[in-house]
Amino acid sequence: MDDIVKKIIAGDVRTVARLIRDIDDGIPEVREVLKKLYPYTGNAYVIGITGAPGVGKSTLVDQMVAHLRDQGKTVGVLAVDPTSPFSGGAILGDRVRMQRHSMDSGVFIRSMATRGHFGGLTQSTRSAIDVLDAMGKDYILVETVGVGQDEVDVVKSAHTTVIVVIPGMGDDIQAIKAGILEAGDIFVINKAEREGADKTLADLRLMLDMDQNKYREGKWKPPILKTEAVFDKGVVELLEEIEKHREYLKQTHGTLLPRRQKEKVSQELLDMVKSRLIEEVLGKLTETGEFDRAVDEIVEGQIDPYTACDNLVLPNIESNSSSKK
Amino acid sequence: MERERKLRVMVAKPGLDGHDRGARIIARAYRDAGFEVVYTGLHQTPEEIVEAAIQEDVDMIGLSSLAGAHRYLFPRVVELLKEKGADDIVVCGGGIIPDEDIAKLKEAGIKEIFTPGASLDEIVNWVKENVKPRER
Repeated sequence: MDDIVKKIIAGDVRTVARLIRDIDDGIPEVREVLKKLYPYTGNAYVIGITGAPGVGKSTLVDQMVAHLRDQGKTVGVLAVDPTSPFSGGAILGDRVRMQRHSMDSGVFIRSMATRGHFGGLTQSTRSAIDVLDAMGKDYILVETVGVGQDEVDVVKSAHTTVIVVIPGMGDDIQAIKAGILEAGDIFVINKAEREGADKTLADLRLMLDMDQNKYREGKWKPPILKTEAVFDKGVVELLEEIEKHREYLKQTHGTLLPRRQKEKVSQELLDMVKSRLIEEVLGKLTETGEFDRAVDEIVEGQIDPYTACDNLVLPNIESNSSSKK
Repeated sequence: MERERKLRVMVAKPGLDGHDRGARIIARAYRDAGFEVVYTGLHQTPEEIVEAAIQEDVDMIGLSSLAGAHRYLFPRVVELLKEKGADDIVVCGGGIIPDEDIAKLKEAGIKEIFTPGASLDEIVNWVKENVKPRER
């Protein structure tokens, strides 16, 4: 195990790739490795990029990587794509836009599927971020389709969250309102050469301006940028805004380390405890068949679901706490 | 909770041919079979394919070629995997490949070759039987 830790800190690509697979597959032993890696994390700057399918997130990420590399920074990319709920399979195609970086040893790109995790996506992506961090990457870009709570949570745990929209997606902005607007530190209108970019800009500005009071108190006011990622227009400006946001964070929190911020630590630990509980308790219930039996009993009318739930959960909590100490 | 290993495969198009319809259909069939499929797009060099396969920790690389350069490109992928100590990754291929080349490609370490007429079921079943998710 120490060997694995050493190799990861040394940046060994194969070991890193395999560990991320183990994280994704929920192999319990990875926890020990992650514990040992933790002291080596906290140095990378994490940028979350989210937006509806087809807005050009991957192309934008590709260009950002190119510019960061020009500045001599190393970059890790985690590109999350949805798993098909029907087959459990996934097509992970974000790499198509980024393949020009695959021979660059300063760049590590990994595609991840959302899978059927119960809140586990947040957990596994955060762990993967830790691994890339420990591997020594200066920047980590996490790209997700901004639907579903999990995916929003993932980008929320980034230092800077970039929300990408395109012109003419009026309804899409409605969807953003519903939950991730607050999470956006920077808004990007990509494909800005298209008709309607100014209208989208005005719509976004209007929404953000509702928070005027907060900005007056010195809170970060999210800038709105226009980009044409395919033509590499506006990407440098985006990176400059990210830099400004980084400065803002440093000044307001006195540190860039999320782990020194109570709010973030509390959220992350909460997520971690949740997914661990699910894993331990639900895992046991499905293994022993108790869960399926309870389902049958409810279907046959022998028991109500509330009692069944009590029966499943309570003994497990008690036995767990007594047996493990 | 998910403790089973999921099969991860890569579908790649080496060389200069610009037709990826077949590769996309195969990728779709793999997805429907429950695999995680990393697709890398067109015009890949063997070096790029192997590097991506290692970063993605896939169990298999499926190569597609319709333009006749398979005799160099396919074996080169196998060679590079060996050089990188990643030859546990299975390589198979498909496309317009003359019968007389198939034996040579297999000799060079390509585990199976599918030619026009192979059904999607046949291909998916072959993968299920011959490629297992990495153990530890």
